[in-house]
Amino acid sequence: MKAAAFDLAPAASLSEAVNALAGDGAKVMAGGCSLGPMLNLRLARPSTLVDLRRIGELRTLQRNDTHLLIGAAWTHAEIEDGVVPDVTAGLMPRVAHGIAYRAVRNRGTVGGSLAHADPAADWVSTLTALDARLVIRGPAGTREAALPDFFLAAYTTSLADDEIITAVRIPVLSGSARTGYHKICRKTGEFAQAIGAVVVDAERGFARVVCGAIEAPPILLVGAAKALLAGDRVGALSRAKEDLDAALKDHDAAFRALHAVAVERALDEAAV
Amino acid sequence: MSGEAVTGDGIGARVRRKEDARHLLGRGRFVGDIRMPGLSDVAFLRSPMAHARVRSVTKPEGQEQRVYTAQDAPGVGAIITRSAIPGYKLSSYPPLATEKVRFVGDIVAMAVAPTRAEAEDLCDATVFDYEELPPIVDCTSGRAPGAALLHEPWGDNLFLETFFDSGNIEEVAATAPVKVEKRFKTARQCMHPMEGKGVVAYWDFQANQLVVITSTQVPHLIRTGLCECLGLEHAQVRVQPPDVGGGFGYKCLLQPEEILVSWLALTQKRPFRWIEDRREHLTAGANARQHEYIITAYADERGRLLGLDAEVSVDVGAYSVWPFTACLEAAQAGGNLPGPYVLPAYRCKTFSVATNKPPFAPYRGVARPGVCFAMELTIDAIAKAVGREAVEVRAENLVPASAMPYANITKKFYDSGDYPASLATAREMIGFDTVRARQQAPESDGRLIGLGFSTYTEQSAHGTKVFASWGIPMIPGFEQATIRLTPDGGAEVKAGIHTIGQGLETTLAQVASEILTLPVDRIRVVLGDTATTPYSTGAYASRGIVMAGGAVSKASSVLAERVKAIAAHLMQCRPDEVRFEGGAIHGVNATLSFKDVARAWYLRPELLPDGVNTGGLEVTEGYKPEVDTGVFSYATHACVVAVDPRTGATEILDYVVVEDCGRMVNPMIVEGQAYGGVAQGIGTALFEESTYDAQGQPLASTLIDYLLPGPTELPKVRVVHTETLSPYSAHGIKGVGEGGAIAPAGAVVNAINDALRPRGAVLTEIPASPARVMAALSAVEERAVA
Repeated sequence: MKAAAFDLAPAASLSEAVNALAGDGAKVMAGGCSLGPMLNLRLARPSTLVDLRRIGELRTLQRNDTHLLIGAAWTHAEIEDGVVPDVTAGLMPRVAHGIAYRAVRNRGTVGGSLAHADPAADWVSTLTALDARLVIRGPAGTREAALPDFFLAAYTTSLADDEIITAVRIPVLSGSARTGYHKICRKTGEFAQAIGAVVVDAERGFARVVCGAIEAPPILLVGAAKALLAGDRVGALSRAKEDLDAALKDHDAAFRALHAVAVERALDEAAV
Repeated sequence: MSGEAVTGDGIGARVRRKEDARHLLGRGRFVGDIRMPGLSDVAFLRSPMAHARVRSVTKPEGQEQRVYTAQDAPGVGAIITRSAIPGYKLSSYPPLATEKVRFVGDIVAMAVAPTRAEAEDLCDATVFDYEELPPIVDCTSGRAPGAALLHEPWGDNLFLETFFDSGNIEEVAATAPVKVEKRFKTARQCMHPMEGKGVVAYWDFQANQLVVITSTQVPHLIRTGLCECLGLEHAQVRVQPPDVGGGFGYKCLLQPEEILVSWLALTQKRPFRWIEDRREHLTAGANARQHEYIITAYADERGRLLGLDAEVSVDVGAYSVWPFTACLEAAQAGGNLPGPYVLPAYRCKTFSVATNKPPFAPYRGVARPGVCFAMELTIDAIAKAVGREAVEVRAENLVPASAMPYANITKKFYDSGDYPASLATAREMIGFDTVRARQQAPESDGRLIGLGFSTYTEQSAHGTKVFASWGIPMIPGFEQATIRLTPDGGAEVKAGIHTIGQGLETTLAQVASEILTLPVDRIRVVLGDTATTPYSTGAYASRGIVMAGGAVSKASSVLAERVKAIAAHLMQCRPDEVRFEGGAIHGVNATLSFKDVARAWYLRPELLPDGVNTGGLEVTEGYKPEVDTGVFSYATHACVVAVDPRTGATEILDYVVVEDCGRMVNPMIVEGQAYGGVAQGIGTALFEESTYDAQGQPLASTLIDYLLPGPTELPKVRVVHTETLSPYSAHGIKGVGEGGAIAPAGAVVNAINDALRPRGAVLTEIPASPARVMAALSAVEERAVA
């Protein structure tokens, strides 16, 4: 199938892009990895497509002692290859390496993936576990959002029709931080059926345990994180399972079990 | 086994493929590469309902001339595939729906525009009004009394029932010490050639012909089929196949899109094209593979087969495809279920059930991937019942080499081979004892290790008698090929079969080279074009190298005699003193080139002997093997898997193929066929599934939902060849195109079941997805609780 006709509006700056979004039925496109197929299947029919790929402001890189700010248009491949510096003890390059196929990673962007908000997407769970924040630009100016507030439901975010994610603010992990990430899928390149993501940074007093790919935004397993910080790995696992069973009670036993395995294996990895 | 030394480029040489250079450089010419001035794109409005009565189709206002319904195309006849089998019911498949639509994807209207996107806009703006009818979505509901009817005049939903009975099964059932009852299911699949279907058609005013450039395995058959459906004479149609990026059976059918695009070019005298997209292939393209088995096997205490009582249902979709009918699958399933085994008693009922799904087509292996899966799991189940190793029970049941040639219980005539030897070699290569030892200790990652085997025979190049028994409207006879020596001493080979990726441009040249000793670079092979090649029923049923290869061999031999007669005269010796070597012609005291002889015939006829054969240096010959019931290749596949009992994921750790296809014309091409076939077979075993909901809506409409194995899911396949020459075919060649795809489901699922054995779980359905593995494990737990 071929896309229905649309106008293409290449934007040279963020303000130009935000202005272009003011029109009815306008939509932004960065790498096009999700929107492209939806256009071709005619599930998305924007009147105007605002092309973000020439906007230099979306490719910023700023680092201070506590955070790395990366522009939203950096690609998965650039994160994988270390073109974007890593402050996450290797977690982000490793996760990037496992996203879809290289051809997709060459085009797909971190901001595009978050805006699309597919619950099974890798960045949705990973950046939640890292406690990243989004920088969002709209006609009224710039705002920031924590990821748990940003994701409202599957494919649904707090992003208004005329807003654009411009950057992701990622906390710098300390040298002793440990991370774990486990994705269950049937083949390379497939979207996840279950995700476990774990970050433990005792030096900063930070720990997060996340379960993703649950047909909804990822859930934070708070009890497990607390136990981890206290150095109680066995307790972390049992708390994670309890919390998962409660959070996923509307799903069948096989679904719950698969997600428990993903979290358990992410915990194992973080413990190494 | 043969130990003939291979010299030059002839049979047995590992020659690089002639066709690869253009493909590796992206210079092939596929349908999608063709551009023509004034070319219009065609898009199809397809039914959103599985079963509905057509009320009306309303075209967009002002665009009526660019949208076509059945009423606009009275010259387009329905596809009606006749069969000589008693009891077979005819379906009428109108390329544009008339009274009813019978599957999601059935064509309701056709739109024409300068681009595909605009043609799709026209489809979007066309309104299809219908009255919903209850859909039939599986064999069980299709066979139920009072079921809704797809084709009302039939009175039921059965294209055909068949019944085979050796007459002694009741006697065996009454006395057999061991009885094993199993049910198996195989998923519906799509074939996914890398290049989908596509067709460009235009009117050639010079030739006064409709020219159809279509991605097909069977160009001459398509010409015949188009003439039938459009009421044309053959002289009015030329089918000119371009490069074809894989077929696997999907492209051996006359398709409604092919007829409609041809009709547009015929009536409007300008070029049109349609290129299938992946979504169309997944939802509307011919489907394959979906079988259900109910099997009762009888054996003695050692596991030797005494009898098999089976029922096979095939979910064949809405219409009978042309020319292979809706019943080839079930006929082959019933005939091939006994496989490579000695079976003293056999009874089998088959049902070809019409359902509201796309029509069913023969896919690489035709029925045998299903029957091999069912039979190989049955063998393992018998072994389990008698408490023995499956590989040993399998070995004792295989037809022994000493029995060859062997006519089995369904009258399959196994021409040659040593089936137990292939199993023994596979057992050795896979490291049977090592794996059994490894299984004694738990794996550090908690996974379970399993080992599985699967042995099959592949009837290749089935000939006239076999197809006649299936009642197919098209029955292959003598395959013909032409060879011509050119004035510069090169050769041109022409055959009506087509190359679809299997390397016939190379292997047919190798066969000619075997006789003439010319290098393959000097032998040009022209295939498929109905204007320039002899009639052929085409490339299917692993027949290409046996049939076309045999024809090229025979034509080359006749040409060789003619060359020798002229050369003998030129060298003043007797013809029987002339021999070919290294591309040169040697007499008693002299040597000539093929060019010398060719020049004499074409340009210096005063040098020719009196009474020279006036057929000259161009020969067309027809060929059939002496026994034309097919020559049987065979193989054993063995694999080791690791199953994660907590996620259900299966990883294939090792995979071996021990295969025998008689004389290999090019071992590299045989290996390529094995690798590709195994990849598709692993797709069948672990990944691929066209699922439908209760309303007959396809749920796998993109490659996100329909999983194909990729390089990271496939193991390194170790292939070993043996060569048992067929006594009945030219050079002892057997076909090999389909084999690789037949065995993997049996080997992989037997290995998974071996891995799950300590947990008491058994899989009987494919694909063996993680969900099915987990369900099998849960069933054990539930039984334990109960």
